[in-house]
Amino acid sequence: MQRRDFLAMAGGAALAAGLGPMGAARADEAPKRLVVVMLRGAVDGLNVVVPHGESAYYAARPTIAIQKPGTDNGALALDGHFGLHPALAPLMPLWEVKQLAFIHAAGSPDPSRSHFDAQLFIENGTPGRSTTPDGWMNRLLAALPGPRSPTEALAVGPVLPYILRGGVPVANLPLGAKPGQPMAIDRPEIASAFDKLYDGNDPQSEAYRQGRAARTQLVADMSSEEQKMADNGAPPAEGYPAIARRLAQLVTQDRHMRLVFAGVGGWDTHARQGAHQGQLANRLTALGGGLAQLAAGLGSAWNDTVVVVISEFGRTVHENGNGGTDHGHGNVIWVMGGPVRGGKIYGDWPGLADAQLYQGRDLAVTTDFRHPLAAVVERHLRLDDAALAKIFPAMPSAHGRFADILSA
Amino acid sequence: MSAATRRFAAYCVVACLAPLAVHADGASDMQVLHILNRIGFGPTAEAIAHVRAIGIDRYIDEQLDPDRIAEPAALTARLASLATQKLDESQLFAQYGPQPGEMSASQETIDARIKRSDAILQEARAARVYRALYSPRQLQEALVDFWFNHFNVYAYNGFDGLWIGNYENEAIRPHVLGRFRDLLVATAQHPAMQYYLDNQVSSAPGSPNARGMFAGLNENYARELMELHTLGVDGGYTQDDVTTLARIFTGWGFDYGHMEAGSGSAFAFDASRHDSSEKTFLGQRIPAGGEAQGIAALDILAQSPATAHHIAFELTQYFVADRPPPALVDRLAARFIESGGDIAAVMKMLLSSAEFRDSIGAKYKTPYQYVLSALRAANREIRSPTPFLGAMAEMGMPLYLCVTPDGYKNTEAAWLSPGATTARTNFAVLVGSGALLAYLPPDEAPTLVLAAASTGAPDPARPVAVDAAALERLLGPTLGDRTRATIAQSPPPLRAALTLGSPDFMRK
Repeated sequence: MQRRDFLAMAGGAALAAGLGPMGAARADEAPKRLVVVMLRGAVDGLNVVVPHGESAYYAARPTIAIQKPGTDNGALALDGHFGLHPALAPLMPLWEVKQLAFIHAAGSPDPSRSHFDAQLFIENGTPGRSTTPDGWMNRLLAALPGPRSPTEALAVGPVLPYILRGGVPVANLPLGAKPGQPMAIDRPEIASAFDKLYDGNDPQSEAYRQGRAARTQLVADMSSEEQKMADNGAPPAEGYPAIARRLAQLVTQDRHMRLVFAGVGGWDTHARQGAHQGQLANRLTALGGGLAQLAAGLGSAWNDTVVVVISEFGRTVHENGNGGTDHGHGNVIWVMGGPVRGGKIYGDWPGLADAQLYQGRDLAVTTDFRHPLAAVVERHLRLDDAALAKIFPAMPSAHGRFADILSA
Repeated sequence: MSAATRRFAAYCVVACLAPLAVHADGASDMQVLHILNRIGFGPTAEAIAHVRAIGIDRYIDEQLDPDRIAEPAALTARLASLATQKLDESQLFAQYGPQPGEMSASQETIDARIKRSDAILQEARAARVYRALYSPRQLQEALVDFWFNHFNVYAYNGFDGLWIGNYENEAIRPHVLGRFRDLLVATAQHPAMQYYLDNQVSSAPGSPNARGMFAGLNENYARELMELHTLGVDGGYTQDDVTTLARIFTGWGFDYGHMEAGSGSAFAFDASRHDSSEKTFLGQRIPAGGEAQGIAALDILAQSPATAHHIAFELTQYFVADRPPPALVDRLAARFIESGGDIAAVMKMLLSSAEFRDSIGAKYKTPYQYVLSALRAANREIRSPTPFLGAMAEMGMPLYLCVTPDGYKNTEAAWLSPGATTARTNFAVLVGSGALLAYLPPDEAPTLVLAAASTGAPDPARPVAVDAAALERLLGPTLGDRTRATIAQSPPPLRAALTLGSPDFMRK
């Protein structure tokens, strides 16, 4: 019997016996939270965490490279070999207090350079297998102990992404301007009339009820005194920093919220991606600002929150003929939060010399993207091997790698 | 049996038990409603009467030949009021694009120009919505939705905002029932696609004019052309094929001279940036040459059995079921091949198939389809498309704003969510009460405002609730007995809202 089969069986037996996963957080503990941000379109990780110690990096990117730390508009020094894109300066305080880590040369074991296949594999958690019917965060939600809440998991946005689809109902909310403002559907006589139309056990009725419950919770959270003070009559702001601030408010109001997912698009920089300034820099400025707002807004809840930023694949090592980069392979995963042992670049750096590249063109993958996520699941959310085998079925063993990325 | 299957089965039982009037050609009410739900954006009283009069088979034939269906004068007049819809790509660029000397102009001047150019997107959206709501060429408009998503471009991507309406009107709509190969070539040679997938800057490295922004190869278009537009992701191509195809398309791009002058074709082939060498692409030899190499590659792709299968699968998913019946896909793919990629022939087989006929209620409407079908069912002229475009955006489907080249999905898994159900039921309340129908944004562009007289109401700004009884009659057996009973027990002012917001009306 394969180890994973044994684990799956053991997990099934534990559930059948009504036993929760071992080591689960006790009810009186502060809730442990995971926020996953997915950069759809394949962010150019080599310009996010820049291998400035590598001459091949500069040779491959004559016009778009980020210059060495200490030069004008250069990278922000992380360690002797890597530096951060200067547009991500708002995240440097987190690096300095060792709450931000990176895993470089991470990615999918599947070689696809299709955005859509590669995103599916990151979301379903089974690289190479597209028929998996649910997302790994939904399987994770199913494994978390404790009473179910309508806002235990939240997808930010008007659609439910694959990563959170599955057997456990999940709320999704757009967090645009004034998310708590009254809607016609909130009125009790209207809501109760619709309730009768959606009282079945079919997926549409379930979606309706989940939406209603989440909406009720949201309106309550957003109309609290604290929230009114925070808004202070200011016009509703747009953009990631504003959305992140609202998300932080929602998370701090709602003790039940454990899992959050947000997808962010616009990273497919085939032309004119720019260097310290330009298209990619503008996107990173907005994202970095948003993540910094999230960290600040969470206050003490930051101590129990881990944020993972991931993208479907990396981009070519060499810039193309138009100041951009094409679809590649390895990328960088960002991990931040109070429990993170940061200030460190994790993973095995494969190098950028021609012979070291994947298929002669891309950063090689030396870390399966599931391994750091598995460490978060086990060490932060405190689920056991049996639960993990359900969340990431058929995942090769990490052999304890990345166990040190989180403080115990 | 899954919950989804149970719901579907319940729907079918309800549909089969409902008292059915049978018409001249033997079609039941349910079949008439089914064809109108799927061939376009849902029933209107007028459309039902028309299908009943001529029968379903003749209606399908009529829809397959849209040029022979007259466009109502009111729609023609509405479209005629949209000034930017009449401009060609070069005129749009010259009048609304970056102006000569703009590099040294003030930021205010540039911002004003960009703000002015927003009329293009507004008018393109208005034209799309007006046609979908009021054109009797319903299949053509459903296929515009389908093919636009298949060959998606994104309006907020640089110059694409200038060309979004022109791209649809020139490269998509004329070909949606024509030859796939012509559609493929039209999209490939439209500047909107050239810009969106970065082909216009792609050059053969070392070629005479390969410099600056045009210095070398870009494989974005080549990859998506095979993955999304033709062969499909499992269509059997390699990274070498991607690179070779990118080399084949070097030099395809813009004629900046024409664009700046506002006259002539914006698309051009530039031999001085082209890799003219002989190539082997997907195992086939393409002789040394210029622009003809790209046309040869498009022909190879259009004739590939993988393309036939990919297109057949996608059409079946859009028109029949989220999980397309493999036998139907195979038959349609064979028809695609034997007809030389004749889309009308493939659609005729699809719409006449038993799988199509038996798929009543199997599809969950996309936000676009849901909003449009509610407005058609409400049987009222809208004062402005703006609130409805806003509703589509709130439900996650802003028109012309799908960022990625795969376009919007059309499956239940992609669109059924708690947040979307809240948004849809809320929308139904606002339409049912008449509030959204009467709404006119204060800063609406004058071209989008319909003459008050055409609404037929004394004061168009005063909300008048949708007639619930007429709505229930119109939707007939597509509303299940349980839903009808629940609505009958509800307060009368809410009944239209409940009908439009019912789970039954979210399906088709």
